Amino acid sequence: MITRTAHTLLALALSSWAGLAFGEMRFNLQDQKTALGHAVYDLHNAIVVICLIIFIVVFGLMLYSIWKHRKSVGHQAAHFHENTTVEVLWTVIPFLILLGMAYPATKTLLAQRDTSSPDLTVKVTGYQWKWQYEYLDENISFYSTLATPRAQIENVETKTENYLLEVDNEMVVPVGKKVRVLLTAGDVIHAWYVPALAVKQDSIPGFVRDTWFRAEEPGVYRGQCAELCGKEHAYMPVVVRVVSDEDYAKWVTERKAGQGTPVAAAVPATATDAAPAEAAPAPGVAAVADGKAVYDQACLMCHAAGVAGAPKVGDKAAWAPRSAKGLDVLYTHAIGGFNMMPPRGGNTALSDEQVKAAVDHMLAQSR
Amino acid sequence: MEAVHGHDHAHDHHGPTGIMKYLTTTNHKDIGSMYLWFSFSMFLLGGAMALVIRAELFQPGLQIVNPEFFNAMTTYHGLIMVFGAIMPAFVGFANWLIPMQIGAPDMAFPRMNNWSFWLLPPAALLLILAQFTPGGPAGVGWTLYPPLTIQQGMSMDLTIFAVHILGMSSIMGSINIITTVLNMRAPGMTLMKMPLFCWTWLITAYLLIAVMPVLAGAVTMLLTDRHFDTHFFNPAGGGDPVLFQHIFWFFGHPEVYIIAIPAFGVISQVIPAFARKPLFGYSSMVYATASIAILSFLVWAHHMYTVGMPVQAQLYFMFATMLIAVPTGVKVFNWVATMWKGSMTFETPMLFAIGFLFLFTIGGFTGLVLAITPVDVQLHDTYYVVAHFHYVMVAGALFSAFAGIYFWLPKWIGKMYDEGLGKLHFWLSFIFFNLAFFVQHFLGLAGMPRRIPDYSLQFTDFNMVSTIGAFGFGLSQLLFLYIILKAIRSGEKAPQRPWEGADSIEWTMLPTPAPYHSFEKPPVIR
Repeated sequence: MITRTAHTLLALALSSWAGLAFGEMRFNLQDQKTALGHAVYDLHNAIVVICLIIFIVVFGLMLYSIWKHRKSVGHQAAHFHENTTVEVLWTVIPFLILLGMAYPATKTLLAQRDTSSPDLTVKVTGYQWKWQYEYLDENISFYSTLATPRAQIENVETKTENYLLEVDNEMVVPVGKKVRVLLTAGDVIHAWYVPALAVKQDSIPGFVRDTWFRAEEPGVYRGQCAELCGKEHAYMPVVVRVVSDEDYAKWVTERKAGQGTPVAAAVPATATDAAPAEAAPAPGVAAVADGKAVYDQACLMCHAAGVAGAPKVGDKAAWAPRSAKGLDVLYTHAIGGFNMMPPRGGNTALSDEQVKAAVDHMLAQSR
Repeated sequence: MEAVHGHDHAHDHHGPTGIMKYLTTTNHKDIGSMYLWFSFSMFLLGGAMALVIRAELFQPGLQIVNPEFFNAMTTYHGLIMVFGAIMPAFVGFANWLIPMQIGAPDMAFPRMNNWSFWLLPPAALLLILAQFTPGGPAGVGWTLYPPLTIQQGMSMDLTIFAVHILGMSSIMGSINIITTVLNMRAPGMTLMKMPLFCWTWLITAYLLIAVMPVLAGAVTMLLTDRHFDTHFFNPAGGGDPVLFQHIFWFFGHPEVYIIAIPAFGVISQVIPAFARKPLFGYSSMVYATASIAILSFLVWAHHMYTVGMPVQAQLYFMFATMLIAVPTGVKVFNWVATMWKGSMTFETPMLFAIGFLFLFTIGGFTGLVLAITPVDVQLHDTYYVVAHFHYVMVAGALFSAFAGIYFWLPKWIGKMYDEGLGKLHFWLSFIFFNLAFFVQHFLGLAGMPRRIPDYSLQFTDFNMVSTIGAFGFGLSQLLFLYIILKAIRSGEKAPQRPWEGADSIEWTMLPTPAPYHSFEKPPVIR
């Protein structure tokens, strides 16, 4: 009840202010498109209204005091400096108000963390600086990278409507279905954040976390990485397209049919522009694994100079004991990571074949 | 030491002169001044970095700096402001005031006091050097989360060493403060008669001793992860990146109160002085401060609601965090009750104290909003959080430091500042601060993440407003520098007690300016 009234009051106040003076500026959370999001929105408004009331009462009294109890109007200072009754009162009353806030907060939190019985599960992996989406039941997997052209970022071209919030491959989900999102990361911590769907969850390398949402209406919902993850942190948006069941089924079929074509290969144009050097995607998953090209792109950084204990290419003494372990061990280490060596040389987009080809290349150079 | 004191303090001291005087001084006042000047220069440096951030964010797109440098600016702005500006400022106050307020001649360990100050410049130098190392400055945020920290160049190592040194300095400062307060009070100065500022520092010093070693441990583990193949935080070797966050915030949350509690102490001295009425609820203030300090150890994971803790843990941290609102509320109510039926005047220190009260309370309320887990999940790592902690750190700690400087400056240097310019400084700071930071609440609510150099078009207007406010705020602080220099050069002579209502013993028992060795004979406190 309080929540409703509070919500209405605040919405009225804010919308009239917003409408009058600022046009398109936004003063509150984004319009929510999930039931949970509405609960969060109302909860937030209720707390803000309670805080506002307390603020107005306390500072109303203070301003009154400033106005009346000033020396310049001849007010003489009283000498009281304690009063047990009021001190107990202003300890107990806030406590009760907090209890009142804790109840709806607990209810919403329990709902938020209930990821049980999903209709659909999508595994999302954060990389520097892109997202990978894997539909576990459908065997669909693709990368999603920023689609905004570099020229817009560098202020050469005019920025378009969805500047920095557009990707090449959107996550597509059916409307009204409970979508469970499993989150992990390949390098550093990222956070998957879509404001309108009320989801934000860290994606942490080495761990799998989950969250969920159930979108109420079709549409495109945009968010971005929320945890500092390096230089392109601002350039890894999250775009979720919510579609009808039929459209979703159609999309799944098309995706599966298109799976043969390299998903990552569809990325290049914009991604290479947006994220030069380190962020360059794998040189075409389907392409014939070219050991030297992979080496130049992913391994050279450490293996050319022997950084962090990496055996230098061409250093026969360093490679001999390693090749003695057998090719399979080398492959496994290169793919899975070993000591300071990150899995796949840090480029998680590489296929096993590409990594193996790079190992072969380095071995050949070091015999 | 001469038996006579209080005439011309230059006669009291026959040590080296020039730079050697400052390198070797063991006097709490010299050291206090050095802390304050050091803190102010770090404040200008950190502020310049903030202006780089705000300039880049004036418009969407990349205009001024590249993302790597931008990330470095957010990182070092945070580190320098927290460890270089705000903490040393309050240690400076502690040095100046604690001996004068408890009736002691100096701090308990004067040589250690010298050492704890002189650790700071090398640490600052490391932080500055870190900007010019191969691989560029680290861009990881002041929270230093791995595995991102493990990817950085050698500037990360310099930063880690700087944190170690700053931590050592803080621990030594704390040992000094605790010993001084517990052992060097004048006869009759019981603990419950101490000015509240001494109480807040006593509690803060315990907090520092408890958590600085924790931070040192965390950054040492980072260092060994980076160079010695340990895998505390590296999942590739079986480590846990979230472990770092737990350790860091076990330090980091008490750190918030390490900064805020001495600020409460300053405000608790200033408001009664200008209300001409004793502090309301002195003992409940002491208990509230102690409760806040204890609670601060029990709430750390509210900084980590989105890492995927078990729901039971989230519930616990939410309830515990909300509980902090109770003692914090008690403090605010006590301050308002102190003003109630007083006989108030509004000189610069009082203006900053009221500004503090007003804005710190806003920061407290947004803190309550952020305590509510489901709401925080929306707001975590957005500009709402940035706005929240700047209300607490800038409008809280910094405004309180300004209040304290204007309040005690006459006692320190024996001269008055320019009241008109002081008030102007307050109003400029107050207006531009709100312009810079209030709009950031809206940015965060609408979903703008923090630590991004470039943003989507919906956030443009408020970012422009914020940048204008930030530049206004930054430039206003040059006025502060001018006011202080003007007071030192040509201020009017200050009376022993320039503030009618100030009644702690540094005002009532010491001449102005305060003698070099505060109380050579312990005063008798009734």
